Amino acid sequence: MEKLINDFSFGLFFWQAIILLILIVLMVKFAWKPIMNSIVAREEGISNALLAAENAKKDMLNLKSDNEKLLAEARAERDLMIKEAREIKEKMIADAKSEAQVQGAAMIESAKATIESEKNAAMAELKNQVSSLSLEIAETLLKGELSNKEAQTKLVEKMLGDAKLN
Amino acid sequence: MVISRKPLHVIATIAIAILPLFSFANVSNDSVKKEAHEVHVATDANHGEAAEPQDKKAKVDAYIQHHLQDSHDFTFFSDEKEGKHYGFSLPVILIDNGLKVFSSSKFHHGETVAEVDGNFYKLYHGKIYKTDTAGTISYDEHHHPTNAKPLDFSITKNVVSMLFTSALLLFMFIGLAKSYKKGPIPTGFGRVLEPLILFIRDEIAIPNIGEKKYRKFMGYLLTVFFLIWLLNLLGMTPLGINVTGNIAVTICLALFTYFITQFSANKDYWMHIFWMPGVPVPMKIILMPIEILGTLTKPFALLIRLFANITAGHVVIMSLIAMIFVGKNLAADLPISLGLTLFISIIEVLVAFLQAFIFTMLSSLFIGMAVQDHHHDDHH
Amino acid sequence: MYNLIGAGLVVIGAGLGLGKIGGSAMDAIARQPEAAGKIQTAMIIIAALLEGLAFAALILGK
Repeated sequence: MEKLINDFSFGLFFWQAIILLILIVLMVKFAWKPIMNSIVAREEGISNALLAAENAKKDMLNLKSDNEKLLAEARAERDLMIKEAREIKEKMIADAKSEAQVQGAAMIESAKATIESEKNAAMAELKNQVSSLSLEIAETLLKGELSNKEAQTKLVEKMLGDAKLN
Repeated sequence: MVISRKPLHVIATIAIAILPLFSFANVSNDSVKKEAHEVHVATDANHGEAAEPQDKKAKVDAYIQHHLQDSHDFTFFSDEKEGKHYGFSLPVILIDNGLKVFSSSKFHHGETVAEVDGNFYKLYHGKIYKTDTAGTISYDEHHHPTNAKPLDFSITKNVVSMLFTSALLLFMFIGLAKSYKKGPIPTGFGRVLEPLILFIRDEIAIPNIGEKKYRKFMGYLLTVFFLIWLLNLLGMTPLGINVTGNIAVTICLALFTYFITQFSANKDYWMHIFWMPGVPVPMKIILMPIEILGTLTKPFALLIRLFANITAGHVVIMSLIAMIFVGKNLAADLPISLGLTLFISIIEVLVAFLQAFIFTMLSSLFIGMAVQDHHHDDHH
Repeated sequence: MYNLIGAGLVVIGAGLGLGKIGGSAMDAIARQPEAAGKIQTAMIIIAALLEGLAFAALILGK
């Protein structure tokens, strides 16, 4: 201890104090301040950039989900449209079918009516012709029968015979 | 730049690499020679023929002592036989009835008396004493000189080393500060320095002082850390510099920490020192002197441990090198000495960093204790 | 002579203390490897304080 006190040099202490003081002042002013400021600025820049990247990622995710939502909506709309179109088509087909059926039925009906009336007309004609024909036949027969006396008598007798039998 | 910087680096590296060849080649210089001579005479008278190894050991001892002390000139190496010293003289500034400035070459490494303005001064064991024309130094019973000591403000070897280190620090870190202007990432040597700054901030300042208050103390902590580290490393070079192993330097550093701690302390800190909350009144009175003493022992531990660590490192390395000169069998001693020196040197490089780290760490710990907000319901 | 004995005692004490600190720190790190950094820092601080004490004793006794 005694030796240490003996070794202590006030001059050296004095110079050390002055040099250290000046060094601290100079270093703070010209080195540490700009260095710390740049480091802090850089770190803030980095953290800001990271934050921005994070935000961008989040935005992207949002955008993606938005897109998906839009896509889903579009898809749903398309499905709906297709469905509607199909319904319309089916309805149209059904409508057309029923109309056709109705029309066909009406046509068949009218055709049937026509056929019926034609048939009736034809029958009536046929009846007329048949009656006239039978009259003519009867006429000609009568004419032929009546021209022969013997035949006439025979006929009358036969007719009488039939009548007697009756 | 016209010339490439690479060759300069190579030349500087080679110059530093070959320095040990000169520096430790002669284990003695002249101020030691005198002491050694005295010892030699004394042992000669007492022990006769057994004097030779004793003399060598005393010489090595004196040389190490001399190395650990500050010096008034910068001697790289000396030629013992011819009495020549290679190095340069430094200015001596004395306050003794007015300011006296002269070159330390006047002392001739303690061999002659320097005469300035009618006063005579003599260099004896690294200290300047006022003497008569003949340079006689009188001793008391403990063999301490009783001559008057003028106030010595000389630019000594340690002051020059400190100035050099400060200049180096300014150069390095202003360069780093400028390199930020070019872009967010430093270039060149700054890439090495920046992680160290971040290390001090993230591992030392913020955990000990706190996120909110650390910025105010960063300047001091960074400066002290790099100054101590660089000075420690400079002590590892064979230039023979031992700045941080000097008690005056460590006292100054510790005092800076002490004053910064005391002046930035908040009310809670003083409260805990003078009137410890949460204990009975008699205890408060007993605790007060203990706490006041505690504030003093903290920087004392700081200064002692830095000084002792560095001094011990220097003594060990120099003693190991001295094995070469003390031992009788050079072939056996040389490899052992070199191997051990290399081993201890590697440890010392680690210690150089560790001591700077611990000094900064403890400083920030003490500052943190003084500025942190106490939560009374949490502890006590 | 007594100085040397005292120095030896100081070194023994400091050695025991350092060993205890180091051992406890190793245990703690083994138990919680993720807290290794904090444990190391605390260990170094305590070791430094102990070392300061030991050095103070050595130098005051010299």
